[in-house]
Amino acid sequence: MNPDSKRTLIEPIVDNNPIILQILGICSALAVTAKVAPALVMSLAVIVVLALSNVFISLIRHHLPTNIRIIVQMTIIASLVIVVAQVLEAYAYEISKQLSVFVGLIITNCIVLGRAEAFAMKNGPWPSFLDGIGHGLGYSAILIIVAVTRELLGSGTLLGYEVLRTVKNGGWYEPNGLMLLAPGAFFIIGLLIWAVRAARPEQVERPEFRIEVVHRTEVI
Amino acid sequence: MEAYLSLFVRAVFIENLALSFFLGMCTFLAVSKKVETALGLGAAVIVVQVITVPVNNLILQFLLAPGALAWVGLPDVDLSFLGLITYIGVIAAIVQILEMTLDRYFPLLYDALGIFLPLITVNCAILGGSLFMVERHYAFGESLVYGFGSGIGWALAIVALAGIREKLKYSDVPAGLQGLGITFISTGLMAMAFMSFSGIQL
Repeated sequence: MNPDSKRTLIEPIVDNNPIILQILGICSALAVTAKVAPALVMSLAVIVVLALSNVFISLIRHHLPTNIRIIVQMTIIASLVIVVAQVLEAYAYEISKQLSVFVGLIITNCIVLGRAEAFAMKNGPWPSFLDGIGHGLGYSAILIIVAVTRELLGSGTLLGYEVLRTVKNGGWYEPNGLMLLAPGAFFIIGLLIWAVRAARPEQVERPEFRIEVVHRTEVI
Repeated sequence: MEAYLSLFVRAVFIENLALSFFLGMCTFLAVSKKVETALGLGAAVIVVQVITVPVNNLILQFLLAPGALAWVGLPDVDLSFLGLITYIGVIAAIVQILEMTLDRYFPLLYDALGIFLPLITVNCAILGGSLFMVERHYAFGESLVYGFGSGIGWALAIVALAGIREKLKYSDVPAGLQGLGITFISTGLMAMAFMSFSGIQL
């Protein structure tokens, strides 16, 4: 694999992560992460849709009139999501019930349309495919980190297996119910952003307003 | 009547689209820096939601649901797998029509809401509202109330967050939390406050 395609694949995972830096696709990152199993399935679904939609859009990019391109892209994405949703209902019915509306909402996941517009419209099918996989992996990485934290702290289990023995089962760990609820998800992502930005200071946003110490003599 | 009121309160507070289902988060975080713009976007979401949820409900009842095509003599046809693509198409079309109508007949309203309308097609709160309507088997009247209530709930959440962020920009937060990080944490605190509504039963 040449260095260029390697960069396309690797860059979105940490340096240009779609969720924590580009603020795309946050809805599902928060909603499906109370347990690890649905988060894994959701990641897989997003990677498939993202990679395939990038390939198809890149293939027809020279024949696409600019003023109707968005609706064509939406149609391609929606058809792919329908296929994924039907496959999930057929082979993983339980998980697809847990994911409820969020599989359908991959259509409006801004990562998919964003990559179609920003990358697939300008590049060939192979780089677009790699870009789709890379962004899918960047999305999955955050999803899995958040889901592992929430399930471990919230119910003491991982993928349903008991890791921290809870007080209810005669162990020592008192589960933190907040992690399973909506606010827990917001806190975890907020803290994750802090951790990543502490490690990579170039991602820090500039403050809009800064309190300055002014000496009295300077004012006068 | 009582059932409708209860559904409305549930849609606005308890099952708030933004704070308990995380829908429409991208725009929620991106357009909540000023109260004024948040109000505009909130109003646009209410309008679009009130129209699209009932329209999708009618389409589901008379075209897509199993046996829905009985009125044209095709009782065995089940088109429900076309749901997703139909709903997003309907939403995109309605947003486009709304934009053109406002531009032609209500220029003042168009100036206020116009720039937000294209954003709304890809706002997952709108598609999410329609999908919840399908999943919970709402009838037409309920879908109207649900569309209105969920729109109001979303608008309420974004205006409240914008109010917080307007004050928050004067605070001295740690460098890494600046911007997105602190916004997530304040949204989390807001979600916690909204959870205290969960005991309300009408």
